[in-house]
Amino acid sequence: MSPFPETAELVGENLACRRGERLVFAGLDCRLPAGSALVLTGPNGSGKSSLLRLLATLLVPAAGRLVWDGAPVARDPAGHRGAVHYVGHLDGVKPALTPREMLGLWAALRGVRRPATDAALASFGLERVADWPCRWLSAGQRKRLALARLIAAPAPVWLLDEPGAALDSDGEARLHAVIAAHRAAGGRIAVATHQPIAMPDATILALDDFAAPFGEPPVI
Amino acid sequence: MHPFLGLIRHDLRLAGRQGGDIGLVLGFFVLAVILFPFGIGPEPELLRRVAAGIIWVAALLAAVLSLDRLFAADYADGGLDLIALSAMPLELAVLAKGAAHWLTTGLPLVVVSPVLALFVDLDPAALPSLALGLLLGTPAMSLIGAIAAALSLGARRPGVLLTLLVLPLYLPPLIFGTAAVEASLSAEGARAHLLLLAALTLAALPLAPLAAAAALRQALD
Repeated sequence: MSPFPETAELVGENLACRRGERLVFAGLDCRLPAGSALVLTGPNGSGKSSLLRLLATLLVPAAGRLVWDGAPVARDPAGHRGAVHYVGHLDGVKPALTPREMLGLWAALRGVRRPATDAALASFGLERVADWPCRWLSAGQRKRLALARLIAAPAPVWLLDEPGAALDSDGEARLHAVIAAHRAAGGRIAVATHQPIAMPDATILALDDFAAPFGEPPVI
Repeated sequence: MHPFLGLIRHDLRLAGRQGGDIGLVLGFFVLAVILFPFGIGPEPELLRRVAAGIIWVAALLAAVLSLDRLFAADYADGGLDLIALSAMPLELAVLAKGAAHWLTTGLPLVVVSPVLALFVDLDPAALPSLALGLLLGTPAMSLIGAIAAALSLGARRPGVLLTLLVLPLYLPPLIFGTAAVEASLSAEGARAHLLLLAALTLAALPLAPLAAAAALRQALD
């Protein structure tokens, strides 16, 4: 299904994140082997979103490094970008375009020639609104659309920031089904969430444990 | 589809769907040019003397007007994250955005400029060098504008900052563009000035995406 090595593992070694003057976390190690799920927990501001953006290479770590399939990500950033899907709080949905057109763009940006647009729309129950302008979509439908890009173009690592926000129970059930299928196929997931997500043998990473001591000058 | 073409198609589709943007730029261009005869009087002699300058300055201001939408919407709605994570280098993505911007602003300005030249009584013999100059110079304006648009992301008053950043950078195309029109009416010929305009665009083609992509990375961090 995917051109990515099945045994590849995403490893974060001794990661530190700095936002402005503040060291958010430091000395953080994490691993995402095939089929695994990593649940990031912690209070607001503990760096869950920052860690996900860091794993996506949208942020540059203040210290430490990322390793994908045994090779440092810094050596092949483009290859790493092709291996991760990032779904954050902002969805990038344009009100004037339709869900189908948005999925087409997202797949094209990833260089996918034949995107599974219909399957993606179906897996999140968006068939009925597929050709509506997105400005008519509700917040939950926009969230579903953002999540549907996980299906439209395959990638072995999913980084999801509060994927359950704004979803109704049907949406959550679909999200869980999609996540389970992804893991069963050997995919890896890191998810930041406040809501309990039913994921068997997920590793919990409490970001509080890596919070930099307050007031201490950052040592990097 | 290649990400580069995919992004251009997306931006063109978006511009087509929100037709107001192109209309706004062209409307500004036309109105700005028409204001001058009212402001400085309708004497054909006087107007003909300043015609090239009026059209170039108006085109330049119209282009600035449209720059703020180059990255700002994608920055605000998270689309920029997905562009940064795309299969192409960010520099190439900037080039795609710049190309789409030129197709939706620069090119329409080039097309209407000969018509506007009538309002300010430009010598018909100078029309080819005016249009050709704009055709060669507006891509550089879109590309240089992309740097300023990327730098102004996250600023408190991005529109004002962008204008201040970009207008000084637009001086070279303005100088050579108007000089080309003047020169085409003399024995000198416009060739040298047009070549310089082409050189500006060719230099901006690789350099502007590098600078703008660096600024975008700063904005994303």
